[in-house]
Amino acid sequence: MSSIAEKDEYNYDIVKFCVITGIMMGVVGTAVGTWIASELAFPFLNFDTAEISFGRLRPVHTNTVIFGFGGFLLYGAGFYMVQHATHARVAFEKIAWTAVFLWLFSVFAFWITLPMGMTQSKEYHEPEWWIDIMMATSWTCMTISYLGTIARRKMSHIYVGLWFFMTMLFMVTYIFVFNGMCIPVDFTFSYSAYAGIHDAMTQWWWGHNAVGFFLTAGFIGVMYYFVPKHANRPIYSYRLSVLHFWSLTFLYVWVGAHHLHYTAIPDWTLSLGAGMSIALIFPSWGGMINGMMTMSGAWDKIRTDPIMRFMVVALAFYGMSTFEGPLMGTKSVNALSHYTDWTVGHVHSGALGWNAMISIGAMYHMITRMWNTEMWSAKLVNIHFWVHLTGAIFYITAMWGSGVLQGLMWRAFDEYGNLVYTFADSVAAMHPFYALRATGGFLVFCGFCIMLFNTLKTVSAVKAGTNVTLTAEAQA
Amino acid sequence: MSEYKKGGGMIRGIPHDTIESNLPILAVFVAILVAVGGIVEIVPAFYLEDAEPKVEGVRPLTPLELEGFAIFRREGCFLCHAQMIRPFRDEKERYGHFSLAAESQFDHNYAWGSKRTGPDLARVGGKYTDDWHIQHLRYPRSVVPESVMPNFFFLEEHPLDTSRTKRRMEVLASMNVPYSADDIANYEADIKAQAGVDDGEGEDALRARYERKTWEIDGVVTTWSDSFEPTPLDVRAFDGDASDVTEMDALIAYLQQLGTHIHFEEGVDYYHDKFGHAYRE
Repeated sequence: MSSIAEKDEYNYDIVKFCVITGIMMGVVGTAVGTWIASELAFPFLNFDTAEISFGRLRPVHTNTVIFGFGGFLLYGAGFYMVQHATHARVAFEKIAWTAVFLWLFSVFAFWITLPMGMTQSKEYHEPEWWIDIMMATSWTCMTISYLGTIARRKMSHIYVGLWFFMTMLFMVTYIFVFNGMCIPVDFTFSYSAYAGIHDAMTQWWWGHNAVGFFLTAGFIGVMYYFVPKHANRPIYSYRLSVLHFWSLTFLYVWVGAHHLHYTAIPDWTLSLGAGMSIALIFPSWGGMINGMMTMSGAWDKIRTDPIMRFMVVALAFYGMSTFEGPLMGTKSVNALSHYTDWTVGHVHSGALGWNAMISIGAMYHMITRMWNTEMWSAKLVNIHFWVHLTGAIFYITAMWGSGVLQGLMWRAFDEYGNLVYTFADSVAAMHPFYALRATGGFLVFCGFCIMLFNTLKTVSAVKAGTNVTLTAEAQA
Repeated sequence: MSEYKKGGGMIRGIPHDTIESNLPILAVFVAILVAVGGIVEIVPAFYLEDAEPKVEGVRPLTPLELEGFAIFRREGCFLCHAQMIRPFRDEKERYGHFSLAAESQFDHNYAWGSKRTGPDLARVGGKYTDDWHIQHLRYPRSVVPESVMPNFFFLEEHPLDTSRTKRRMEVLASMNVPYSADDIANYEADIKAQAGVDDGEGEDALRARYERKTWEIDGVVTTWSDSFEPTPLDVRAFDGDASDVTEMDALIAYLQQLGTHIHFEEGVDYYHDKFGHAYRE
């Protein structure tokens, strides 16, 4: 590939900063997640302190894992792959660094303000308006630098992974800005520009497309670069990637309405959302199949290489949760699953299974390539894989169980036509599942601690010169 | 990345080669394509009248209730308590009549929620006594042993901060929530009157302001029919203490009015008949 054109010297400093920060965000985000999961199982853990009670801490968890962990992975892997796939150094480096630091300060800002109760109350968009402005500025800087780098590419074609990244950059700008429209009361409070049904529709247009573009298109872009690179195989099908790209770009936007089935939103909107949700399985599985089939001829690697295993299992989870998603997007299933833990389980099968595992795989890949070294302990990478996978499965199965049970208990009638259970009965029935869920979350947190430890050891081994460098084959 | 290009170029007559080797073209295509779905699904509801059928009875929150809503939001209550009842038999039995769009027409921000770790609150107003709410908010497990809700006893220790109330009402008024200049000017008296700390002095004025039948929304004056009697405001010391206004007063005042504005008519099928097929299938 290096024969196509001469390569610039890449800026790895910015990637290294994002990757290490991202791993730390993973540790913090899953720690807070484990804590709030434990609060639901054992409410005394709220410790009668408003700042750490569930309602204030839950957005700290969601925002830290999505924008802290996910954000720094996207920035880091984004800058890594755009340089490798264009053979050009990051464009506008000062703007790129501005993007990274503004993002970091935004995370610090919501770590402080959310426990103080300053929230926009829109899910996954809780930080107040001035943090929104910081994040939007960071995102714009990222977009400028990213497109600038693509414009400096040394070959005629733009790699498919970068198309997905562009889609993410544009769409996230739209949804973040429009959903964030508000009138400030002061620095601690603002009112949404929309009310009632309009606010609900705008919120879930944002909510589902934060999943669809931030957590899917962006991470699919990451997949399209790192899976073929790590497996050392070309992408399975060019045509499939083109089809997958345009259909995903068009279809995802429509499905947010399925979060509002049977609510006061006009029925035609919800039916449209349900129909598009079902159709969405085709682009989703197109991407999953394209990633999986890329492994053809390299399947032996999942036996020996835990980094490869992270990526392949991530794709398996992606396939599974994008099957579950359309199912839950239909009205009849949603009637049962909405408002229950099933939704939480679905989100985490995507987040812990797909997003976290493809990110972890890509992070290990980047660490070994950028420092030109094997990991300090290959065994710990393997242990991380099994601890993370076990934790994710505990979490997801617990939430499936509790979600379906909740849904069925709420709608159970006896032979006289009376409700069988009080709401409190259903809360009591959740206890074992909530305890199991917290255990699963704790395992995922342990996995991130192992990863951070292994990474710091690897970097210090490189500095001490005691590391094992990569083979020439791996460096290619 | 030469490998993936094999077989590329034209796809069913579309010169994809041109698109993927030209950054501005690719960028514009993507930017347009991702905008379609949102425009089609969100924009029409602002213009279609039947998206939010008009119902008599829905009034904006009083200043005290508005502060209660802000506390509801601050403590993240909406993360576990939805406010959107769906048209199912079990939900009707458990929570009451399904929620109508008009009921949240003044809600900046909407508070429908997405999860019921605790029960739905859309019609919790009047369902429990103030005493129950006080005890339940202080120590939830002392009245509902199965509950996993945090304790909120500190709410009655915090005097209500009313320094932002005026600005809140001004902001909402600028977005067509029908607060008149008179409503905004008298916010402080109204808070005291509703929480029962002024010996009933301001009660009549408060009731005149929020039990009225004529509202000006977006320049259009609406007057409810003569036969319709607006739901009376709850006016009392919600936290059981008439000496000061606390956050507990505000939150309970907010909870006690939830879902009480509309008087659902017996025998009227709001699902099919009242609003027609456009509203629900």
